[in-house]
Order: sequence, then C-alpha cells, then structure tokens
Amino acid sequence: MRRSARDTDDAARKVTRRALFLGGCQAAVVAVLGARLRYMQVEQADQFRLLAEENRVSIRLIPPARGQIFDRAGVLVAGNEQNYRVSITREDAGDVEAVLRRLAEGIPLTEEDIEKTLREVKRRSPFVPIIVAERLSWEQLSWVSVNAPALPGVQPEVGLSRVYPLDQDFAHSVGYVGPVSESDLAQLENPDPVLQIPKFQIGKVGIERRLEDALRGSAGSRRIEVNAAGRVMRELDRREGDEGADVVLTLDAALQNYARIRLGEESASAVVMDVQTGDLVSVVSAPSFDPNLFVRGISSADFRGLMDNDHRPLSNKSVSGAYPPGSTFKMVTALAALEAGVITPETTVRCPGYYEAGGRRFHCWKRGGHGAVNLNRSLSESCDVYYYDIAQRVGIDAIAAMAERLGLGVRHDLPMSAVAEGLNPNKQWKRERRGQDWLIGDTINASIGQGYVLSSPVQLAVMSARLATGLAVQPRLVKAIGGAEVPLTPPPPLGVKPQNLRAIQQGMYSVTNIRTGTAYSSRSDDKATLIAGKTGTSQVRNITAAERARGVLRNDQLPWNRRDHALYVAYAPADAPRYAVSVVVEHGGGGSGVAAPIARDILLFALHGGIPPLSAYPAAQRNRIETQHRTMPLRDPGQLAGTTRTRA
Amino acid sequence: MSYLEYSIKRVPSGFRKLLHINWALAVLLTAIASVGFLMLYSVADGNIERWAEPQMERFGFGMALMLAIGLVPIWFWRNMAGVAYGISLLLLIAVEIVGDIGMGAQRWLDLGVMRLQPSELMKIAMVMMLAAYYDWLDVNKTSRPFWVAVPVVLILLPTFLVLRQPDLGTSLMLVGSGAAVMLVAGVHWAYFASVIAMGVGGVASVFLSRGTEWQVLHDYQYRRIDTFLDPGSDPLGAGYHISQAKIALGSGGWAGKGFMQGTQSRLNFLPEKHTDFIFNTLTEEFGFIGGISLLTLYALVIVFCVATAIQTKDRFAALVTLGIAATFFLYFGVNMAMVMGLAPVVGSPLPLVSYGGSAMLVLMIGFGLVQSANVHRPR
Repeated sequence: MRRSARDTDDAARKVTRRALFLGGCQAAVVAVLGARLRYMQVEQADQFRLLAEENRVSIRLIPPARGQIFDRAGVLVAGNEQNYRVSITREDAGDVEAVLRRLAEGIPLTEEDIEKTLREVKRRSPFVPIIVAERLSWEQLSWVSVNAPALPGVQPEVGLSRVYPLDQDFAHSVGYVGPVSESDLAQLENPDPVLQIPKFQIGKVGIERRLEDALRGSAGSRRIEVNAAGRVMRELDRREGDEGADVVLTLDAALQNYARIRLGEESASAVVMDVQTGDLVSVVSAPSFDPNLFVRGISSADFRGLMDNDHRPLSNKSVSGAYPPGSTFKMVTALAALEAGVITPETTVRCPGYYEAGGRRFHCWKRGGHGAVNLNRSLSESCDVYYYDIAQRVGIDAIAAMAERLGLGVRHDLPMSAVAEGLNPNKQWKRERRGQDWLIGDTINASIGQGYVLSSPVQLAVMSARLATGLAVQPRLVKAIGGAEVPLTPPPPLGVKPQNLRAIQQGMYSVTNIRTGTAYSSRSDDKATLIAGKTGTSQVRNITAAERARGVLRNDQLPWNRRDHALYVAYAPADAPRYAVSVVVEHGGGGSGVAAPIARDILLFALHGGIPPLSAYPAAQRNRIETQHRTMPLRDPGQLAGTTRTRA
Repeated sequence: MSYLEYSIKRVPSGFRKLLHINWALAVLLTAIASVGFLMLYSVADGNIERWAEPQMERFGFGMALMLAIGLVPIWFWRNMAGVAYGISLLLLIAVEIVGDIGMGAQRWLDLGVMRLQPSELMKIAMVMMLAAYYDWLDVNKTSRPFWVAVPVVLILLPTFLVLRQPDLGTSLMLVGSGAAVMLVAGVHWAYFASVIAMGVGGVASVFLSRGTEWQVLHDYQYRRIDTFLDPGSDPLGAGYHISQAKIALGSGGWAGKGFMQGTQSRLNFLPEKHTDFIFNTLTEEFGFIGGISLLTLYALVIVFCVATAIQTKDRFAALVTLGIAATFFLYFGVNMAMVMGLAPVVGSPLPLVSYGGSAMLVLMIGFGLVQSANVHRPR
C-alpha cells in the first residue's frame, strides 16, 4: 500500500502530539501517586507508625512473687515453692498423642489427662504451649529434660506456687490462696490487671485475704513483639515487678502446733495472748485442715468431707465463734459491782442453791447451795446465786459497759476473716433489736454469761489479759509488714480501782490454787508459773423445771451437740502475768474438767518456750502428763527452727 | 512508511544492532527488577532461595528474550501481529473450554521455565494487532465509524473472554491499553469523550440505583465497594488487608524502618507481601525515599518509550511502543493506586518487582518490541 508522504508526515505529527498528550496524562497520574505517597508517608506517618506499633507490640504481665508469711521467730508459714510443670506445643510436637504417650512413661499421666490435653491442644493455636502436668518432682522434671530428644515440643517450666509448710497449724489464721474467681473480680472496684493472668492466685480467707494488697506486690511487664497470628516473636523489654511484702506474724509456730495437737479431736479453740503487748502468740481452731489442698485445687470429695463434718474444720472458731461465756463472765459482773460500789470484796451473799426473782427460781449449779459466799469464794467455787444477787444491785447497763471495757462484745481489729463481734446485751439493745423490755431474768442470766451474752475466744483472751494487767491491751496479729515493724503503742490503763482489780485477780488465783477451786486440778506446782483462771460451763439448752425435778442429765448422757460448752480463761504467772489464754471446747462438758487442763498445758508451754518440765505439774499428775507429752504427734522442732527469713 | 521503504543502508544490521539497543532502558529495567530481588530477599527473612533466586532466573530469561526480540526487525513483528493475536485468542478460547471441562479454572500455559496466562499474552498481542491495524489503515479513515468499530471489536473480543474467567483486572487493562493505542493512532476525541461520558453515567447509575428495585449490582458487590471507599468500616473483614497495607506504607515514614526491619511485613500483618503488596514492604523499609525512587524509575521507563515513539517515523513501531508503555503504566499505576488505597483491590502485580513470571515475561516481550523499534529505526 502506498501513501503520500504528506499523509505519513501528518500521521507522524499526530502520533507525536497524541503521544505527548498520553505521556502527559501518565505523568499526571504518576504525580498523583507521588503526592499520595508523600501524604501517607510524611504527613500521616506518625499516625500509621502508632497503628503499626499497636499491631506489633503486646504487653504481658509478669506475676509478682507473693510476699511470704513468717511466725514471730522467722519460721516460714506461707512461702512460694517452685512448681515444676511441663507444657507441650503442638507445632513442635508433631504427633501430640504419640509424644504424650511417651511422656506418660516418665511422669504420671492418666488416660484422662492425655485426653484433656489433646482436647485443649486442638482448641488452641499450634504455637500456644499447653500445660500437661504440674507439681512434678525434680526427678520427673530431670527425666523430661534428659529425654528431650524423644519428646519434641515438650518444655519443662518452673512457676511459683503457694505452699504452707506447716499445713494444718496455721490453716485458720493465715488462710489460703486460690485462683481468682469471677466473684473475686466482681467485688473489686478497680481490679489489678495482674488478676487476669491465668492461674493467678489471691488470698481467699484469713490473713492471705485481709493482707492481700501488701502480699500481692505489683506486676512487672514484658513488652513483646507479636506477629499477625499472635505468636510471640521476641521480647522487646522487661520491667520486673515488685515482690509482695513479707509479713511477720505475732504467732509462734511451736505453740500453734502444740495447741492444735493438744486440742486434739475436739471442736475447740485456743487463744494465747501476750498480756503486755497484746501479741496473739497462738490462735488455734480444731479440727483443722490442710490449706495446701485448696491451693492445689481440692477434690470435691475432700471438700464435701470438710463441709459435712459437724466439728466444722473450716471455721476459725477462735475469732468467728460466738459462745455464751458462762462463768468466765463472772469477773465482769463482779468488777462492775465493785466499781459501782454496790459491793465490797467482803460482801457476802447467802446461797441456798437457788435465787428467787420475779416469781421464778434461778438455780445455782450446786443444788445444795454454797451458804454464805464472798467475792473470793464466789469465783473460786463459781457460785451463781452470788452473781444473780449482785447483778440485781448493779444493773445490766453497768455490766454491759464493763464487759465492753474488758474487750467483750467488741470487734477487735484483726486481719482475719469473719471476726465475730459477740454481744453485751443491755436494756437499749433488747428494746431496739427485740422490741421487748429488759426483764429481771435477763439480768440474772447475763450475770453468769448466759442468756444473750456472746463472746468469742479471742475476746475472752483479751478480757483475761486486761484483768491481769489493768491495761486496755489490744490484740494484734501482725508484727511487721515489708520489714517495717508495726509500732506498739503502750496500752492505756483500764481505769478501774487497783484494789478492785486485785480482788478479782485474787479470786482467779483461788480458782486454780486453793483446794476448793474449780480448776485446782489444773494448777501449776511451779511457784514461777502459778496460774490464775476461771472456769466456765455454758449451757446450750434450757433446763426445764420438769427435767430439774427428774435430775439434770449429765453431759455424757446427752447427744454431742446438746452438751455444754467447756470454757476456761487464765493468765500466768499469777504474780507477774505474761500470757493470757482462753480455751473453748464446744460441747466439751465442764470447764474445769475439759477446758482448764488444756489451757494449763498451753500456758505452761508458752511460758517455758517448749514442752514444760514435769516439775511444773502437780506430783500426782506427772505420770499421766509424761505419757501425754510422749504420745503427742508434735512437729519436729528442727523443722520449725530450720527455716530462716529468706526468699525461696 | 513501510518496511520496503527503509533504506537497508540506513538501518543497522548484524552485530552493529547491539550498539543500537537502548541499553539505558535495559539498565533501567534491571534496576527495577533489582529492587524486586532486594525486597523478595527481605520478605523471605533473608532467604534468597525462596523467592529472590527464581525471580532472578526469570528476569535473566526475560532479559535474553527482550534482546532476542529486539534484534529481530520490527517489520517482522508487524507481520506477526495478526498471527500473535489469533493464537492468543485461540488460547483464550481453549483455556475457556478446558476450564469448563477440567476441574475449575485452568488459566495457565506451561512453558517449562514458567507458566504463562494467555490473557497476559493477549495484552501484547492486542497492542501489536491494533498497531498493525492502524499502520495498515489509511490515515484519513481513522475516525470513520466503521474503522473505529473494527478495533473496538478487536479489543472487546478478548476482553469478554477474560472477563468470563473471571478476571476483571486484566480485562480492564486490555480495554485501557487498547484505548491508548486508539488514542495515539489519532481516533477523534469525540469517541473518547462519549465513552467517558457513558462510563460516568454508568457509574452514576450503579450508585443511584442502589437500594431501589432496579439496582444494577448485587448487594455483596456494593459491600465490596463500601469496603474500598472506607476500609475502616470493616477492619477485621475484607478491609483488613488494605488497612494493614496502608499501615505498612504509612508507618515507613520519610526514610523507612531499614532493610529487613519492616514490622508489618516481617510479622505477617501485611498480606500478599511478596506479590501484590510488595510495594508496601518497600515503602515500609525504605520509606518515602524508596517509594518515590521506584516511582521515578517507572516514570523514566515511560519517558524512554515515548521518546522512542516520537523519534521513529514508522507508524507501527511508534504505536506498539506507546501501547507497551501504556500497558506498563497500567500495571504499576493500578497496583500502586491499589496498595495506597486509591483503588479497589483487584489483584494486579507490581511490574518486574512482584514475585511471579507471567507479567514479567509479557513485559519483557513488550520491551523487546520497543528495543526492536529502537534498533531498526532508520538513522
């Protein structure tokens, strides 16, 4: 085909024009792209950089090591143990089931465990390590390490877990920790993010719970780089958290152990208090339980066993129990009457075995009566009629006020769960709470610690400490937190006349040290450790006139839960008091027969700082006591002395 | 001017041809491909064997192919245009049929060294076909309706076949590069103006009809458009990829995070980081400087092609060169607009940089034609 040169030139010029036009359009688009690039990478760069960081960086918390708890001498009560565990990672393991079966040759794994792990492994991303077994021994962990080539994807790990080396001895006072529950989180206003860590443990009861904030410490954090699938690529930086503060208790581990064993199978409690400082050196409830079970996850059978036990092992009876104090309350009534001036120590009341008031007869525990009774005899022989009489003279309000001054019916500030307030009834209380008028009979019942009066063992110990010293001693459980001693303020005087107090003290001395005293058989024969005390037997049932006519049933004729509570409060040495004690044995029978011997043994142990010498006991009892001490399954002193106040 | 009019004396022959190869263009293409090797090495976490090495082999093959094509006289390629177009069309039809018979879309042609999609081959064949058509056509008839309708059919026939695969991106590129050849061939403005007007009207009707009874697209198609217009509206679904791609690009900043330091690509937040979204890795690690440099290299390629086209007096050579340039421009323009969030995600690679053989091979063949036009230009 031939074309004219003109045509061709025209066409070429047109192509050139159009080519430049098209090139110009393309240049314009390139300019737009360049501008967009500049806009995103220069103007908006900071915003995108932030988004990229948010993508890449993830913050993981490092759980802080929980503060340890020690007894007053530095014996470890609650510590952290290395928890050896193994985890498996699917992508490294390949055939997870085969690896688990091989793993089961070295560590205890049930068929159920393997199935559970397989399910969990399938559910999670292939790179997430799943915990297969926990709390392995060092030998088992070593086995895993040695056989690592045959166990691809299996990783031995170490974590910290709470442990209570003295298991049952501190179960009630120290309490235990457990995994954070939904309700724990719901109760908190502003939950610490550390609580979201899987398997993180917080205090559930007792000191572990009440001092949670101090014990927990604060979490550290790791900034880690994650990829789009959430896999951790590397650690960017790490800020260690603060370990929880160590807590030193006023409790004495040896005495705790002794007291718990001494209470034996009874449903009972014992509180020992330093009368000068208020330090609680022993707070024991029996029967006890092993708090380690709760840390590890208690089996439902074990838990049901604890719940169904009518001796209520989980209850911290020393502070949560509220009992009618019975005759241990008589000091309150007597001191109120003395202070009010309605009686003197020499005032006598005639006891015919009953007291008539408001057309009713109120009986003395001794049917035949005590005859003419003064203050000293009323305490040592525990005459009820004497108190019926003087209570009428002094009135219930003065008695209630005195009870409060002595530390009864007051919720003492102790870092334990369910601290009972107890009750000192008075006229106003009955009007307000019961809508009834106070009756003469109410005063009579209250005068001997029956009726509406309720006290906890720790309150009774405070009462005897205050009676022993004349000072308003406050109980205290924590000696130091985080290395800082809890300051001791000298207790203010009780504000009662010294001669009145002395009269009470003499009465309590007589209870244990004169032949007719109700606790004479529970005396100490050592002049240096003479005991002053008061027995109490509080009824948990009403004795009807008909029953009284038939003859009151003895305790051993009654079902266990209808028997009287046995109580005893005491302090020693009588002339220079160091320790006050209260012992309550639920449905134990009589205070003099059941509670007083226990209290004496505990007191002597506290005073001697160990098993008391037989010379402290009356000669006739020494054989029996020797056997008793030999057969008590006490903790090896080496275990108690061996621990030092250092970090695990 | 036809090849018969070339004075053999004025056209280089034998080994002298090598001197007239546009070596600057060859260096430019190698530079662009090298950016690709570098980024493929980076996204493979320093593994050269995974992507970079096969890519280098392919580029070497492509380079050899370009030179071989470049040394063959341009008039030979003009004569081959119809054959190339016919074969490509037949292959497209064959793939369509095989795809129907076989178990799903069989869009590939195995060449041993690499696999090739007939639709990619068609991009070059169509440019050649249209250039040859306008070389043949009397210049004065260029804008007559019948002679305009012929190339439109030549464009729409393969476009329709590709659209059925379905491959919207490639069919749009076919239309785009075909239109570019028609534009530079001198077809009257009015045709383009009316097509653009119809396009705008079409888009408007698509949007205005939404929610009415006669809406043009399916609801899910509208949702895709929504995602493009506002990727943040669905950050974990379809918008996730483009959002992460933009984060990668933007977070590179002025100078980038450093070679092999891009967090978005290394930590797999960036999707398709070795293919469609490789530009985001580049801009994340080398920043605005890296991005604008690559864009400049691409623009230089266009400039070289336009310069070649203007210098030559041969109509076929000029049209083919500009057609190839337009195809190349569409490749990187669409990809960059897509990864910067200016266009919807259609799945088109960054030419010579993204991992993959088809686009590279097709473009190197195209640049072989450009070289041939350059070499066989009468001087």
